[in-house]
Amino acid sequence: MSKLLTRRGLLKTGAIGSAGLAMPTIFTSAAHAFTNAPTGGSVTLGFNVPQSGPYADEGADELRAFQLAVEHLNGDGDGGMLQTFSSKVLEGNGILGKKVEYVTGDTQTKSDAARASAKSMIEKDGAIMISGGSSSGVAVAVQGLCQEAGVIFMSGLTHSNDTTGKDKKANGFRHFFNAYMSGAALAPVLAKNYGTDRKAYHLTADYTWGWTQEESIKAATEALGWTTVNTVRTPLAATDFSSYITPILQTDADVLILNHYGGNMVNSLTQAVQFGLRDKVVNGKQFEIVVPLYSRLMARGAGENVKGIYGSTNWHWSLQDEGTKAFVKSFGTKYGFPPSQAAHTCYVQTLLYADAVARAKSFNPCDVGAALEGYEFDGLGNGKTLYRAADHQCFKDVLVVRGKENPQSEFDLLEVVEVTPVDQVTYAPDHPMFAGGSLGACNPGA
Amino acid sequence: MLGLGKKDFILLGIVAALVLLAPFILNPFPADSALAQFNAGYPDLMQRFMIFGIFAVGFNILFGLTGYLSFGHAAFLGVGSYSAVWMFKLLSMNVIPAIILSVVVAGLFALLIGFISLRRSGIYFSILTLAFAQMSFNLAYSVLTPLTNGETGLQLTLEDPRILGVSQTAAGGIPVTNLFGMEMRETTTLTLGGWAFQFNNGYYLCGALLLLAFYISIRIFRSPFGLMLRAVKSNQTRLNYTGLNTKPYTLAAFVISGMYAGLAGGLLASMDPLAGAERMQWTASGEVVLMTILGGAGTLIGPVLGAGFIKYFENIFSKINDNVLHSWFHILPDSIENAVIWVVEHFVGSGWHLTLGLLFMLVVTFLPGGLVQGGQKIGRLFRRRDAAAKATQSTPAE
Repeated sequence: MSKLLTRRGLLKTGAIGSAGLAMPTIFTSAAHAFTNAPTGGSVTLGFNVPQSGPYADEGADELRAFQLAVEHLNGDGDGGMLQTFSSKVLEGNGILGKKVEYVTGDTQTKSDAARASAKSMIEKDGAIMISGGSSSGVAVAVQGLCQEAGVIFMSGLTHSNDTTGKDKKANGFRHFFNAYMSGAALAPVLAKNYGTDRKAYHLTADYTWGWTQEESIKAATEALGWTTVNTVRTPLAATDFSSYITPILQTDADVLILNHYGGNMVNSLTQAVQFGLRDKVVNGKQFEIVVPLYSRLMARGAGENVKGIYGSTNWHWSLQDEGTKAFVKSFGTKYGFPPSQAAHTCYVQTLLYADAVARAKSFNPCDVGAALEGYEFDGLGNGKTLYRAADHQCFKDVLVVRGKENPQSEFDLLEVVEVTPVDQVTYAPDHPMFAGGSLGACNPGA
Repeated sequence: MLGLGKKDFILLGIVAALVLLAPFILNPFPADSALAQFNAGYPDLMQRFMIFGIFAVGFNILFGLTGYLSFGHAAFLGVGSYSAVWMFKLLSMNVIPAIILSVVVAGLFALLIGFISLRRSGIYFSILTLAFAQMSFNLAYSVLTPLTNGETGLQLTLEDPRILGVSQTAAGGIPVTNLFGMEMRETTTLTLGGWAFQFNNGYYLCGALLLLAFYISIRIFRSPFGLMLRAVKSNQTRLNYTGLNTKPYTLAAFVISGMYAGLAGGLLASMDPLAGAERMQWTASGEVVLMTILGGAGTLIGPVLGAGFIKYFENIFSKINDNVLHSWFHILPDSIENAVIWVVEHFVGSGWHLTLGLLFMLVVTFLPGGLVQGGQKIGRLFRRRDAAAKATQSTPAE
């Protein structure tokens, strides 16, 4: 006993013990109420976009929009949509007086890489909000990560129903429209132009976005009386679609629906045209191709082949409202060409986040989320828009577009055929295509 | 000690010290300095260093010892990840059952693939493993979607029927992975002056398992079994002619390295409960080959170094953007600045592959033994200088 309990030993233990007690004053683990609470005079946003892979073009344009948004928030440049935005709390002095800084990362259009990149932004750079993404698979994965980490995710271009459907999260918000809305807007236009007894053949990018888009378009067109001959899934990484296109010639399908986006769509459309599909007459009808989700960047990639092809889009630079004009002007001044829909949604999402923080007077994700939920705004290029509280999806008008026959410039490739009013594309939060998930509670982290 | 020779024990000790002190070593620059860009001491990346270290150490048991070049090891990593996430979904958020299941499933899967692929050697073996891996990738990507959730990746949801544990926490969130209640994502930050050192629970679990994996690998290297594997590498035909059946040895090595990969996959899922199909793609298999060769195939510590090297480039260099470059070169006149940035930006950001490729070429050309050989060369240089210094000292001037 005496061996174990000596004066020296006791002193040692005491010293170690008091050192242990003193530890919490050095280690500052749960000092903040939420993850990455901004300290000092700046706040960091994380822009996670694809810089390689099939969506790299969109990613590059998104990054330009983010840089522009940060510039405008910090009061540089001409202010862009800040002047037309219905909310006037942003004064061009950063967010809540803190200068906006940003970090960027490459999602590589892969869920794993995107999460690693987002994690490093949160853990290393102290990002308080993550935005970006040009693939729904990535958006869903990163949204899940942000929910766990306790930061806000303002998704960029993601069109899958799942993002605000079965995979919706309390910390995630989507401004972009979705596959259901595309179907609802596009179907009446297709019926008007191509009739109601068509046979459709789908080629679908094999991931969450492709699946839900195929489901939505199929449902919408079958409701018109169309029949679906076949649906074929193609890998996201595919670049050669010829082996998928030749079987179409063997069927009696007279419409090809390409549920492809970005580089996929550019390749599949070009190859479909090269195979002479558009010159074919099947069942006494002209063979047609439809691209449900369109973007100007893709139209440029596909060149001549997009002429006369219908699709839907979230926004187009040729719109004539004040918000669009202001945005196109400042984007064009800085970069020399008009922005794409991906750039638009990313720019708007950044402003909406900043605005929500300013209105909530707090960076806490839960306060920001509450400020966004059920928020109605205008002047950001899409007319009156509602951020629905039940699923964090924006509801606004949807554009149906067509590839222009006689483009005036290399950017003037699409013409707006119809602006589908918001009521026609609104659905109930528990619609079968969106059912199966729940927002859960907001997570401030830390 | 621990059944190791003195040299190996010192090596293990060095690795242990590196693992323990990594949060300090990888954070050499103050958080608010411009060089903080190059800090790698944040939990996610440190975990990746450890996890891919385990993956590469395991791969090295097969490639470094037997010379069998598998191009399909990512399949085992992916299988491990999926098993672990399913364990989280169905059983418990404790990482132990998940890790055990991932190692076991990856082992069984390796047994199956190894049994078939090892009927051939050399390039044919490589092609067979590559084919199997690509098959697994396609299965995970599209065919087995209900099991793997395709491209989006398998994730936890709020409705998982967890037998031991709750589907959602009282606050309405998804429960987090833990080790008997110790949360994997919990990080303690030590702020000393301008430095912020992060100590993450998950990282130390990965670190402990890396040490264990490393220890087992040393034991295998030094065992009669390891000697037999080396004999396979040097001349398999000769072994066969002496009447030895080499297949059980190579198959055992294949399964062991498959289990290492499964452990790495299980750990990846434990740190971040998501399993994506791209983890099984052939590029991921190629990456571990690069790690091993870059670090030094057949050496003990080489694969760990190689893994760290590649992950560092992937995560640090890919995040340097125009903005950062402008802040570095803003002292230069505008025209020169833009020219310099135009050149440099191809090597950073999304161009990090280019930098890595160049370095890989340099290493393979000048240091065929990998980074380890580089270290040895430098070591020898110093020793020679020491020896030379001693020699001059011992000869007194006339």
